[in-house]
Amino acid sequence: MGLEEKIPDGIALTTLDAMVNWARKRSVWPLGFGLACCAIEMMSTIASRFDMARFGMEVMRSSPRQADLMIVAGRVSNKMVPVLRRLYDQMPNPKWVISMGACASCGGIFNNYAIKQGVDRVVPVDIYVPGCPPRPEQLIDGILMLYKKIEKESVKRPLITQPNAQTQDERPGEVSGQPHRNPSGELNK
Amino acid sequence: MNLSIDASFMEQSITDFLNNKFPGKVLGDYTYRGQFSLYVTADALYEIALALKEEAALSFDFLVDICSVDHLGKAWESEGRYEIVYTLLSLEHTYRFMLRVKIADHTVAPQSLCDIWHSANWLEREVWDMMGIEFKKHPNLTKIVTDDDLEGHPLRKDFGLVYEEPQFSHNHDEVLITPDNPNH
Amino acid sequence: MTLNMGPQHPSTHGVLRLVLELDGETVVSCKPILGYLHTGIEKEMETKLYYKSLPMTDRMDYMSPMSNNLGFCLAVEKLLGIEEEIPARAKWVRVLMAEMTRINSHLVWLGTHALDLGAMSMFFYTFRDRELILDMYEMLSGQRMMATYFRIGGLMLDVPKGFDKAVRKFIKYQPGRIDEFEDLLNNNRIWQMRTMGVAKISAEDAINCGLTGPSLRGSGVKYDVRKAFPYSDYDKFDFQVPIGKSGDVYSRYLVRMFEMRESLKIAEQAIDGLPEGSHIAHVPGVVLPPREDMLGKMESLIYHFKIITDGFKVPRGSVYVPVESGKGEMGFFIDSDGTNIPNRVRVRPPSFVNLSALAKLVKGRLLADVVAAIGSIDIVLGEVDR
Repeated sequence: MGLEEKIPDGIALTTLDAMVNWARKRSVWPLGFGLACCAIEMMSTIASRFDMARFGMEVMRSSPRQADLMIVAGRVSNKMVPVLRRLYDQMPNPKWVISMGACASCGGIFNNYAIKQGVDRVVPVDIYVPGCPPRPEQLIDGILMLYKKIEKESVKRPLITQPNAQTQDERPGEVSGQPHRNPSGELNK
Repeated sequence: MNLSIDASFMEQSITDFLNNKFPGKVLGDYTYRGQFSLYVTADALYEIALALKEEAALSFDFLVDICSVDHLGKAWESEGRYEIVYTLLSLEHTYRFMLRVKIADHTVAPQSLCDIWHSANWLEREVWDMMGIEFKKHPNLTKIVTDDDLEGHPLRKDFGLVYEEPQFSHNHDEVLITPDNPNH
Repeated sequence: MTLNMGPQHPSTHGVLRLVLELDGETVVSCKPILGYLHTGIEKEMETKLYYKSLPMTDRMDYMSPMSNNLGFCLAVEKLLGIEEEIPARAKWVRVLMAEMTRINSHLVWLGTHALDLGAMSMFFYTFRDRELILDMYEMLSGQRMMATYFRIGGLMLDVPKGFDKAVRKFIKYQPGRIDEFEDLLNNNRIWQMRTMGVAKISAEDAINCGLTGPSLRGSGVKYDVRKAFPYSDYDKFDFQVPIGKSGDVYSRYLVRMFEMRESLKIAEQAIDGLPEGSHIAHVPGVVLPPREDMLGKMESLIYHFKIITDGFKVPRGSVYVPVESGKGEMGFFIDSDGTNIPNRVRVRPPSFVNLSALAKLVKGRLLADVVAAIGSIDIVLGEVDR
């Protein structure tokens, strides 16, 4: 009944969103952004036993300009924050961020002058993967959750709106707000 | 390996050697749990380290570590607020001991050992970065591990841990973290 | 020309940043910039009870977590003066796991180092074998990487059933794999050209720079903490310490390959002669009592409560205790002021000191050799910056 019967064989109908999302989610290229212990588990995820290539992700890009997904694996120190933000800004849209491990998500067992209490204060995070470090299965689960998230996105209205690109001169990490702590250790009110 | 005989012999020969060559510069010895160390004065440390390295009978050719301790607020602070511990190793005799220096203030630090051991360069830089002890005649006493924006020397006792209170539901309003106000 | 390398670079083994002055392709000077992973671990330890600092030691040198645990435990035990109380079983399991950790560390090193130099398949082979060691960690503690299996006074739990079978299987399996790696690399012309004669350092310079571990032994200096200052019953094991001849990347590679075989030998001796007995020392007030006692005896319950809430007091004094980790001499200097919190914990980082020699190693060499040199001194940035 209707229009479908008139369509010859070999033609399928879909929405543009569904097709674009299908293409996007099957070729997510992660930026190999290993910082600390979690980076080793991220490497295990790529390596023999867990083999992330099954999900179309075997290429870890070393350049942010060729990557769509940033896996922040490890603790983010205050010195690393501007670097992290700059790498994120260099990634082309659409882009996603997975915060891998307790340290990247909330500071983990470290809560002191050197460690950022969560990478979500620097870049928008899509998926948090808990664990110290998370098992490769957990990371894969996080990636599959990201796929589900990508499926719901629309070409017209991306879920994450990116602010206008910042100029290279200012240090982007500071724009997003580095907390100022006084040396006596008290929190600034 | 019979360490006990060697160790007491070495302790004796180091003490004798330094007392003969640098009278009045060795302030005392300290043995704890079988580990031997000597307290020396800060001004003579460079010469003592050089002599210990070059004396063939001792040949302390390996600088293992340089480390600093802050004794602020302790009952024994009057002996010197900072303590710098140099761990030396003699590969030939397989013997390790510590040279310790107590200084009252970070400005009266001993001379840098960079000329004697290459490894002292970074180790001293780290001590300066973390504890603020200004080694004399160091070629490049600059920040090495801490953030460039960080003021102060984190390992000093008067530098707080800068603990940031986590936000839970019970203290949600007190510790408010929003994108506009990432700190508070 | 000035070239910036890192901190986000696949071949710097973490977040190391190098500022290289180049003349054509020749390195004129190399300036490492550290601190991108500075965690403040030493400061954080000064605010925690002794036993609570233990999990943080894993996260310094995350390739060889158990060696770090071992160093910290030994240092605190020495401060407390309870080294004699540690049961033989605990010591031997510690040795066994420390050696497994060394193999783990060397396997990761081999995989990443070969990957940097263009032999990608090594990465997959070594990570395949490494999973077997991680399985052992998991058997012991339930965690794959950061096991924190050692405790002050012994071990967290006795080894589980089936553990010795897993160890024996690995000991039987692994030598063939190491042969395979050597077949693939030793006579490989590309490998030889990338490693032989590259980043040479003489024995005198190596000592002067404070190199330890395989990087020092590659230059022909026979110094190994396990032999020089035996700890945790290492003097009861029969093993050799390999030394290299030429002090280049290739000889450091050979030393590490030989060390893996020796570690397997030690592990075999440890599992064969594993003594019976308790896995943890009986020191009331310092070491947690066994769970059965705690449920039935009043004093044990009180001790348990006291240790968990208030820790234990450590007499005033300071000690320096080194262990031979996969990277070199990992030392713990702990200064106690007589309370239940350390006054100062200093980690003697082997990677940090080894890295300070990098500028010397690469000066006058080609840019591509920098990657080989970084790989060959086997740094891990978690421990360099701490």
